[in-house]
Amino acid sequence: MSQVTMTVNGKTATGDVEGRTLLVHFLRDELQLTGTHVGCDTSQCGACVVHVDGKAVKSCTMLAAEADGASVETIEAQAADDGTLNVVQQAFQDHHGLQCGFCTPGMVMSATALLKENPKPTEAEIRHYLEGNICRCTGYHNIVKSIMAASGQDVDSIAAEVAAQ
Amino acid sequence: MPKDGGIGASTKRREDVRFLSGTGNYTDDINLHNQTYVHFLRSDVAHGRIKSIDTTVASAMPGVVRIFTGADFEGVGSVPCGWEITDRFGEKMQEPAHPVLAQGKVHHVGDQICAVVAETLEQARDAAEAIEVDIEELPAVVDMKKALEEGSPKVHDDLTSNLCFDWGFVEENKAAVEEAFQNAAHVTTLELVNNRLIANPMEPRVAVGDFNRGTGDHTLYTTSQNPHVIRLLMGAFVLGIPEHKLRVVAPDVGGGFGTKIFHYAEEAFCTFAAKAINRPVKWTSTRSEAFMSDAHGRDHVSTIQLALDADNNFTALRTDTYANMGAYLSTFAPSVPTWLHGTLMAGNYKTPLVYVNVKAVFTNTVPVDAYRGAGRPEATYQLERVVDKAALELGVDPVALRRQNFITEFPYQTPVAVEYDTGDYNATMDKLTQVADFAGFAARRAESEAKGKLRGFGVNCYIEACGIAPSNLVGQLGARAGLYESATVRVNATGGLTVMTGSHSHGQGHETAFPQVIADMIGIDASMIEIEHGDTDKAPMGMGTYGSRSLAVGGSAMVRATEKIINKAKKIAAHLMEASEGDVELKDGQFSVAGTDKSVAWGDVTLAAYVPHNYPLEDIEPGLEETAFYDPANFTYPSGAYCCEVEVDPETGKVTVERFAAADDFGNVVNPMIVSGQVHGGIAQGIGQALLEGAAYDENGQLLTGSYMDYAMPRASDLPFYTVDHSCQTPCTHNPLGVKGCGEAGAIGSPPAVVNAVIDALRSAGQDITHIDMPLSPARVWAAMNNA
Repeated sequence: MSQVTMTVNGKTATGDVEGRTLLVHFLRDELQLTGTHVGCDTSQCGACVVHVDGKAVKSCTMLAAEADGASVETIEAQAADDGTLNVVQQAFQDHHGLQCGFCTPGMVMSATALLKENPKPTEAEIRHYLEGNICRCTGYHNIVKSIMAASGQDVDSIAAEVAAQ
Repeated sequence: MPKDGGIGASTKRREDVRFLSGTGNYTDDINLHNQTYVHFLRSDVAHGRIKSIDTTVASAMPGVVRIFTGADFEGVGSVPCGWEITDRFGEKMQEPAHPVLAQGKVHHVGDQICAVVAETLEQARDAAEAIEVDIEELPAVVDMKKALEEGSPKVHDDLTSNLCFDWGFVEENKAAVEEAFQNAAHVTTLELVNNRLIANPMEPRVAVGDFNRGTGDHTLYTTSQNPHVIRLLMGAFVLGIPEHKLRVVAPDVGGGFGTKIFHYAEEAFCTFAAKAINRPVKWTSTRSEAFMSDAHGRDHVSTIQLALDADNNFTALRTDTYANMGAYLSTFAPSVPTWLHGTLMAGNYKTPLVYVNVKAVFTNTVPVDAYRGAGRPEATYQLERVVDKAALELGVDPVALRRQNFITEFPYQTPVAVEYDTGDYNATMDKLTQVADFAGFAARRAESEAKGKLRGFGVNCYIEACGIAPSNLVGQLGARAGLYESATVRVNATGGLTVMTGSHSHGQGHETAFPQVIADMIGIDASMIEIEHGDTDKAPMGMGTYGSRSLAVGGSAMVRATEKIINKAKKIAAHLMEASEGDVELKDGQFSVAGTDKSVAWGDVTLAAYVPHNYPLEDIEPGLEETAFYDPANFTYPSGAYCCEVEVDPETGKVTVERFAAADDFGNVVNPMIVSGQVHGGIAQGIGQALLEGAAYDENGQLLTGSYMDYAMPRASDLPFYTVDHSCQTPCTHNPLGVKGCGEAGAIGSPPAVVNAVIDALRSAGQDITHIDMPLSPARVWAAMNNA
């Protein structure tokens, strides 16, 4: 066991971890931040994406000990203190970008990181960026649409949707 | 425009707020005081005899609480199957025992041998590695046709063979079908495989068992689509716990797609062990475990034949299918290739004679059961592929051939038992023609060809039977359960109300859509209505969510209960207004008396029900709470037409879906946004089946696709935007909402469109290819193009 200290969602968090403890398990089991999910065991699904020092990281690929001293941000810190959803979260609700909600925290964290790097991504850029996030419910249509909307793009002109009107 | 929060409005989902904020409550988020963790030691061979299990060393390892083996479950019930098939000869299906932990033999890779319960999960895993299991490996059988050969290894020693059943439908039509084939002007034959899939909801399964020694009450928290069904199956058949001492809770569930319908051994284990050690026991499946323990889907091998007369009318259809059951019979497995498959073989067509033969086969593989669509995708794929092949052989337009044979008059009694109440197949095809822009295809093909790509166009129709199902009918067909749904509507004194429904939402948005219905019925704001689901202590009884049944059956129960509420509220209102009950009307949350200015608000009536000072106590009881059970009179029959356009890279065989359009008829629609989302997700799973996904075993029964590294889940870049339309609406005639169900359509309707499109693309380059089996991976397409 060794002690780790990191800033999680703006607050200092300290805990004793085994060398093998993954960051995701430290967040879920020690800090009770259960919004970050575990959907696989091969770092493929992206349900566990959090931000470490501002970068999107699959928290199942990082040891808690490696995050010692880092600043970690999770899904729980995305909305305002009064519960108001941020722009990305609100776009996901407005455009039905989630169904069962299990992949959603990872999707939101990945989308937020994408928009930081690329404020107006194209459809193709969004689809490419989400390579590491699997969703089984939405067929990605409304996730891509939500991210485009969050970036301020006009989603009413998506050709496939115009055709159905 | 419908009112926001009412029927027909794309009301935003209220449940999204918690899912988007990380405050959902999934089963793995539940941790109980003094909880232990279980790790299952699973078989790494497909077939073997357990000679000995030595847990001596493991039991002494740090943190180990107890190690369970099959011996601990002697005398405990078998994990039951919920559907019994009677075969062509009147015999009952063969039904092997399915112990919670292996008894004597293991039957597939992933079969549970031991369960290690420890203080931490890591300690349980470490101890499991120290257990010595001596297994004599036996020859395994994986291929269904080989499994039926004389001298093949038997999966179960106590069964007569690997044949579960040999089912014929409609057996009485067999001779007439043969005769029609003899008289046919043309017969099209197609052999095809419906590839084995793994449902892969993003949330792996979890079970937490708890026991209260003081009261003798058991609680199981589990990732289920139908907690009441789990309570029934596990309580009555496995562990012998009566319903009133067993609570099953399925909180937020991260997707199901069928594979979370079934009762699994791990649930029974955690419930059993929690009592045995008098501490909570938690199991969280890893994804690797999910691949080898969640029931798989599909896995049919079929030969289908279509007979046509000289005018291209369909005169008869026959199909022979081998359906893989895996090593044990999962909860609904026998119903999938039979009653959910054979009854759909008429499809959208007036084929007068149909005969379906299904041989269900045991193999040393993970059990196979319902996966999104369950039998109906398998039927649709066969039918819509053989129709396309017939059009090719006859040199006619595949859409015209379909239209010529469409059923156009309703109700329509099919030759495969079911009666379609409503539909308009030409209308959905017309709509598809428009939204998919059939007319623009030639120009798009030219554009693709200019880039050196082949472009293909594929269309298909589908019909499905949803809203499962009339209990008396399914009882005759072998179901060991009723398939009604229940709802309790509890109105509070201040006018808000809670609906306890037996339907379960694991992504479908019931918490938003169900209130839209009641908001319209009473005329109150949807925010006054709360939906409770997923807890056997709350809803009276429930058969759960699958088979696109939530709104059609669960929603109907809710409507019936709400009607009872309104009837009683009108009596109270009549008393308050000193009017005759028959003159009371309810509109926009106000009761009024026709032709007068008398009126009383919804809230005044609900308050009176609970503070009955001025109340007709001699006639009616105080309070305002009603329960209804709804048993559907028929299945519902959603239908539609789908169009896929692909590009094929002739150099590599890689297929990309360029456009996909769906025109569905779901009857009435409560929340169009949610319905579109359901179709999107279904289409993605269908495209996944057609192009990417496939569970593979080697000849020894080793699962080759055991993780996301090997099993190709569709990713965002594999898929396009979809055009979906559900404006063609022929309401269901036998449920109060006129709804048909939309959850499975996308997965049912899309695979044949994709394959039809790829075949069309390849033929456009002069290739004489009529079929490639799914998944149409680059390797398979390239091999077909190069005769490799």
